[in-house]
Amino acid sequence: MSEAAVKLHYDIDAEDFTTAGEASSGVKKTLTRLGAEPDVIKRVAIAMYEAEINAVIHGGGGAADVEITPEKVTVVISDQGPGIPDLDKAMTPGWSTATNLVREMGFGAGMGLPNMKRYTDEMYVESEVGVGTKVTLIVNMKR
Amino acid sequence: MLKLSEIVKILDAQVLTGEENMDLEIYSGCGADLMSDVMAFVKESVILCTGLVNPQVVRTAEMMDIKVLCFVRGKVPGDQVIELAKEKGITIIATQHPLFICCGMLYSNGIKGRGVWN
Ligand SMILES: Nc1ncnc2c1ncn2[C@@H]1O[C@H](COP(=O)(O)OP(=O)(O)O)[C@@H](O)[C@H]1O
Ligand SMILES: [Mg+2]
Repeated sequence: MSEAAVKLHYDIDAEDFTTAGEASSGVKKTLTRLGAEPDVIKRVAIAMYEAEINAVIHGGGGAADVEITPEKVTVVISDQGPGIPDLDKAMTPGWSTATNLVREMGFGAGMGLPNMKRYTDEMYVESEVGVGTKVTLIVNMKR
Repeated sequence: MLKLSEIVKILDAQVLTGEENMDLEIYSGCGADLMSDVMAFVKESVILCTGLVNPQVVRTAEMMDIKVLCFVRGKVPGDQVIELAKEKGITIIATQHPLFICCGMLYSNGIKGRGVWN
C-alpha cells in the first residue's frame, strides 16, 4: 500500500435500483488494486453495500465518501432521508420497515445494520428524524 | 466438494453464462431469497441458489466473492442480469427445481461446507 490517502466520492442514486451497489463495487476494485488483504476487502464491500442499499431504499439516495489509508478504510454514507426514529430497534436483527416491493427485490431482511456491525471494526450511526442519516464504517487494514 | 460440471448434471441445469468455468470446485452452498441473509454468513467457494433474478443478486455475489449463481424454479433473468454477471466473471446456471429440492440435492451430493468467520 502506498503511503498517501486515497479519497473517493460517489453519488448514490435513489431512482435506479439496478445501479445500487456501484459505489461499493468501485471501492472493492480500488482496494484490490491497492493490494489490501482479501478479508479486509470483503468486509468493506459487504458493509458498504448494505449501507449503500439502505441509502437507496430508506434514505432516498445520498452519497458515499471513502478514505483509504495504510491503517484503515473509512466509509461514510449519508442521506437526507427520513432518519431513524429508534436506533436500538433498527439495530435489532430482523427488524425492518422495508416495503413488500423492496422485499421482492431481495432486501428488507432487517439484517443490514447488524451485518455492518458484524463486518466492521467500528461503526457509528448518526440520524435525525426529518433530517437524514449518516453511517460511518471503519475497517482496519491489520487486525 | 463438487465440480461445477457435476452440479450442472445433478440439478439438470442450463448454463446461462460462464461455460468456461465448469472446472470450478464448489465446497459450500447457500439458499436464500433475501440478500442480507446471504451476507450474514461468509463462506468460501460457494454456490448461491436463489429464486431472485435481479441485478442485486449479481451485486451481492460480487461483494461476497461468490463465483456461481443458480436460479431456481425455472426463473429466467433479463439480459441485463446476464451482462452484469459476465462483466463480473460470475457463472449463472438455471434449474427447474425449487429452492428446497435444489439445496437438498446439493447437500446429499456432498456440498456441506459451513460458514467461516463465525
Ligand atoms: N438510511 C436510512 N434512513 C432511514 N431509515 C433507515 C436507514 N437505514 C436503516 N433504516 C431503518 O432501519 C431499519 C433496519 O435497517 P436494516 O438493518 O438495514 O434492515 P432492512 O434494510 O433490511 O430493513 C430499516 O428497515 C429502516 O427502518
Ligand atoms: Mg438494509
